[in-house]
Amino acid sequence: MADGTSGFNIKPMDQFTVKPLFGGDVVHWYTPTNVTLWMALTVLAVTALMVWGSRGRALVPTRGQSLAEMTYGFIYKMVEDVAGRDAVRFFPYIMTIFVFVFFANVLGLIPFAFTTTSHIAVTAVLALAVFLTVTALGFILHGASFLKLFWVSSAPLPLRPVLALIEVISYFVRPVSHSIRLAGAMMAGHAVAKVFAGFAAGVGAAFFVPILAVTALYALELLVAVIQAYVFTILTCVYLKDALHPAH
Amino acid sequence: MEGELVQMGAYIGAGLACLGMGGAGIGVGHVAGNYLAGALRNPSAAPGQTAFLFIGIAFAEALGIFSFLVALLLMFAV
Repeated sequence: MADGTSGFNIKPMDQFTVKPLFGGDVVHWYTPTNVTLWMALTVLAVTALMVWGSRGRALVPTRGQSLAEMTYGFIYKMVEDVAGRDAVRFFPYIMTIFVFVFFANVLGLIPFAFTTTSHIAVTAVLALAVFLTVTALGFILHGASFLKLFWVSSAPLPLRPVLALIEVISYFVRPVSHSIRLAGAMMAGHAVAKVFAGFAAGVGAAFFVPILAVTALYALELLVAVIQAYVFTILTCVYLKDALHPAH
Repeated sequence: MEGELVQMGAYIGAGLACLGMGGAGIGVGHVAGNYLAGALRNPSAAPGQTAFLFIGIAFAEALGIFSFLVALLLMFAV
């Protein structure tokens, strides 16, 4: 992106800059930045929902408790349906991924907030962790027969080497698409919102048109934030299922 | 001059790479449309298939994301 020489002077990518919280320009690995802050707030929000929300353990749940219970039940059912009954022992990991990505996405929608999941570095760590876990799990549970995942035994014999090649490529592309889907959706949505907000300043008396557009876009972004968290989690379940039952 | 030419090529390439997202749009629309068609024929079976709807959408969308990635690489990395 060049130096924003358009008439409107909108800089939609500026919101993704990593800045140290307490002045300075140098970012070391230990520097508290806006990323650190919003990740900490994400963890805080998760804790608030899960620990504080369900602290009463009431038989008739309060609003907070039923929200926590609904989230729990929703993810539990997803793991059971998509990855199978024997995947339930990995439920804590999948639940952690869902609530973290969900709150990171939703907190990023607060004006002037920083969306941690819009950075590929963040989502790549999440996706690589899933990829390595699932691959290691497959080899631990099934040994060398985990490689049957790439050998489509239901296909005609001459086709199988070709299919094996495609399967291997698609297996290693998984962490790439898994991480970039989330980061791309978050980044694109926020950049579009910023561009529309910039229009509002540029059109003078007709300012309410872009503001209505931004409001609609914001609602769409809320939907995207939830759906992307859901998709990230459900793909984790799908990969987990492949590791648990590699034979086609 | 040559650097500007390279940058121009990168920008044109980034714009062209975005055409790939149109293909992903067609794919996602196809999945969602077929899901709706199936759901209207047999509404009682629809809730059990929403997970597959989202998995299908996610896989169709992944290829559009690759073209987005190519565009980003051309804009920022080349």
